[in-house]
Amino acid sequence: MSAAKLSVAELRAAYGQAQVLFDVSLEIAAGEAVALLGRNGAGKSTTFRAILGLIARRSGRIVFDGEDVSRLPAYEIARRGLGYVPEDRRIFSDLTVEENLQVGRQPPRSNAPTWTLERLFAIFPNLRELRGRAGARISGGEQQMLTIARTLMGNPSLLLLDEPSEGLAPRIVEQMIEAIREMKREGLSLFVSEQNLAFARLVAERVYVIEKGKIRFAGTMSEFDARPDVRDAYLAF
Amino acid sequence: MSFYFVQFVTGLASASSLFLVASGLSIIFGVTRVVNFAHGAFYMLGAYIGYTLIDRLGAGVGFWPAIGLSAFAVAAIGTLIEMLLLRRIYDAPELFQLLATFAVALVVEDLALLIWGPSDLLGPRAPGFKGAIDLLGQPFPTYDLLLIALAPLVLALIWLIFRRTTWGVLVRAATQDREMVAALGVNQKWLFTSVFALGVFLAGLGGALELPRQAANHTMDLQVITEALVVVVIGGLGSVPGTFLAAIIVSELNAFGILVFPKISIVLVFLVMAIVLIVRPWGLLGRAEAAARTASGAIISRWRPFGAPGRIAAALAVAFAALLPIAAGNYFVGVATEVLIFMLYAASLHFLLAGGGLASFGHAAYFGLGSYGAAIALKSFGLGMETAIVAGIVLGLVGALVFGWFCVRLSGVYFAMLTLAFAQIAWSIAYQWTDVTGGDNGIIGVWPSAWAASPARFYWLTLALSAGSIALLRAITFSPFGYALRALRDSTLRAETIGIERRRVQWMGFVIAGGFAALAGALYAFLKGSVFPDNISISLSIDGLVMVLLGGVGTVSGGVVGAAIYRSLSIWVISHTDYSRLVLGALIIVLVVMFPKGLVGAFEAWRSARTGARLQGQSP
Repeated sequence: MSAAKLSVAELRAAYGQAQVLFDVSLEIAAGEAVALLGRNGAGKSTTFRAILGLIARRSGRIVFDGEDVSRLPAYEIARRGLGYVPEDRRIFSDLTVEENLQVGRQPPRSNAPTWTLERLFAIFPNLRELRGRAGARISGGEQQMLTIARTLMGNPSLLLLDEPSEGLAPRIVEQMIEAIREMKREGLSLFVSEQNLAFARLVAERVYVIEKGKIRFAGTMSEFDARPDVRDAYLAF
Repeated sequence: MSFYFVQFVTGLASASSLFLVASGLSIIFGVTRVVNFAHGAFYMLGAYIGYTLIDRLGAGVGFWPAIGLSAFAVAAIGTLIEMLLLRRIYDAPELFQLLATFAVALVVEDLALLIWGPSDLLGPRAPGFKGAIDLLGQPFPTYDLLLIALAPLVLALIWLIFRRTTWGVLVRAATQDREMVAALGVNQKWLFTSVFALGVFLAGLGGALELPRQAANHTMDLQVITEALVVVVIGGLGSVPGTFLAAIIVSELNAFGILVFPKISIVLVFLVMAIVLIVRPWGLLGRAEAAARTASGAIISRWRPFGAPGRIAAALAVAFAALLPIAAGNYFVGVATEVLIFMLYAASLHFLLAGGGLASFGHAAYFGLGSYGAAIALKSFGLGMETAIVAGIVLGLVGALVFGWFCVRLSGVYFAMLTLAFAQIAWSIAYQWTDVTGGDNGIIGVWPSAWAASPARFYWLTLALSAGSIALLRAITFSPFGYALRALRDSTLRAETIGIERRRVQWMGFVIAGGFAALAGALYAFLKGSVFPDNISISLSIDGLVMVLLGGVGTVSGGVVGAAIYRSLSIWVISHTDYSRLVLGALIIVLVVMFPKGLVGAFEAWRSARTGARLQGQSP
């Protein structure tokens, strides 16, 4: 697959001396939406963090848009259009909503949709009302919207979304699904980690299953549905 | 009445110049988490460069542009240091940067001496602000009025920069969560450099603006760094308005304290800092320190007790050290005794800092209490050396019990600052309670008992006590108590949930470290035959940190090795050059850049790379 947006080959990563990723290989094609499924502690967040260079990578190759980014620092990778939305949101609580968005701002990119404050407020209408409010003083659901909007401000061409539905009220999850579909319509490539299979089904076409730091399954959503044994072995549904 | 008013306004003027320096320190800490010990040195450079620029260019460009140029020159020097030195070590263990900035301060001090000579340099008066006005019948310098107006202006400017510019927003975001800022594509290197430049610019400006008030001199840096640290801590680290408020409080305390309590004026600000920290653990306007967002997990090599080869090697080292007096002369034996004492002192701090994760900036307090306890027991109560040493340890333990009880209620930098405050309080008691301590004259004639009087015998006594104590500290480190202490260091929350009582364990650790430091202090009193307030000085506390950090915080024996190397080196350097600070500072800088894990840490990394470290936690 030469048109791969992101290609990860035999990635190993470690926290200090404890290795947590074992030869993780995966690919995301341009315009594709892929889910990374696994239980708590299976290595989903670690995979994302390792791709972005936020934890020490031991070995392996990460190619983004045809360029080897394995040795680049996180900010350089982000500047090339790889957006990352962390699981724990990590809103800058002292900054206002608008200032939070300002931190994410990067110049427009030719191969990615361009987002403005106005367009983001159209997708996440709550944020418009809250633009002057401190990040610490908005609800969890609003923080989840903000963290996504903040990353979109960087006009990424691929978005790593770490458990976007975690801990959200069903009504907010619906909004989130709608927002993700809007991003897909815009041509944004997506890599979403999830424990919530129903959510993953609604947004992704292809699946990787990770357990104990190793990729255990790769295939389309329908191939995954044909393998209940995989689901039972690695996912607690 | 009018006298008090003028005193108050004078206090405000001092507050202004203090604020300029302290705000820079606060900004730098807020973003980079570096306690910039060189900040005072930059302030001093501002004054010296200002003197030269006004002298050379004053006639051409005028006084005020020359002041501004000086601040920019200092900022440029600071930027260079940040890029060449600090950038390399941001990832090193916490506090390691302190070591680097400390070294920079040493180098700058001696360079200033080389360039501008030893005498004070009196700058010109500021044009237009040379005279005094009448303030309720009292003369008051107009320049001070200008300074009073300047501080709120600078505060407003800083506020605007941080609130209204993209740069300011990025900086505030980075203060809170550096990693997230990087993940959003912001180059922190550039951000850190610019923040450091701004902070240093303010220090340089403060120094240059001080010229019309006082002559540029070589003690400016130390004076101001201590006061600025106090101000930043009282105000709340990283809070510029807090710094402003605290600068006023501290300066007014200085202005009035000297009238009301001349006896304790030196210690007043430290007393206030201690009280503020006890009542408001994060300073007046500060907020709880966000847990540093670093990759979790073991980043240090695993600590193991000595196996058979380690024990044999240690025993051999002690045996070899015991043979030294046979081969060496009295001078060398004396030096070796001193090194041994400092190995024990550093080991006790290392126990607290590396084992407990508690960075004490005032460990000299317990060393000094040990010295004074022993000296007073010997001279005032006529006890023998043996009992006097015990008395010194007891005094150190009591001091650690009392001070430690308060300190363990705090953590991180605030813990460090409270320990510093207590050390300064102890120092000022030693300095000002002349009847008991002899004040500045110290206590002299503190000599060992006859059986231990010869240099060789005192050396053996010191060797036995130091080696025994260091072995004991090691044993404690690997005892259940040591595990509890280290568990609290690595994850306070998890340790507490399995039933470890944080405050009690850390308090005990504090007391143990204090007791061993006191033993070192008592031995030092008998080695030198005298005790002075210097035994409790800030520089001795800092020396302790330098030794531990140089050896390596992530290691078991870093303190002992760091002390042996640093103390021998400094004794040797001092006896061979007039510019010992320059040489020592430069050496530390080289070591810091080459071995960011400390010397022992570097050695361990080298060894484990050689034996082919196997990964723990292989996939089953």
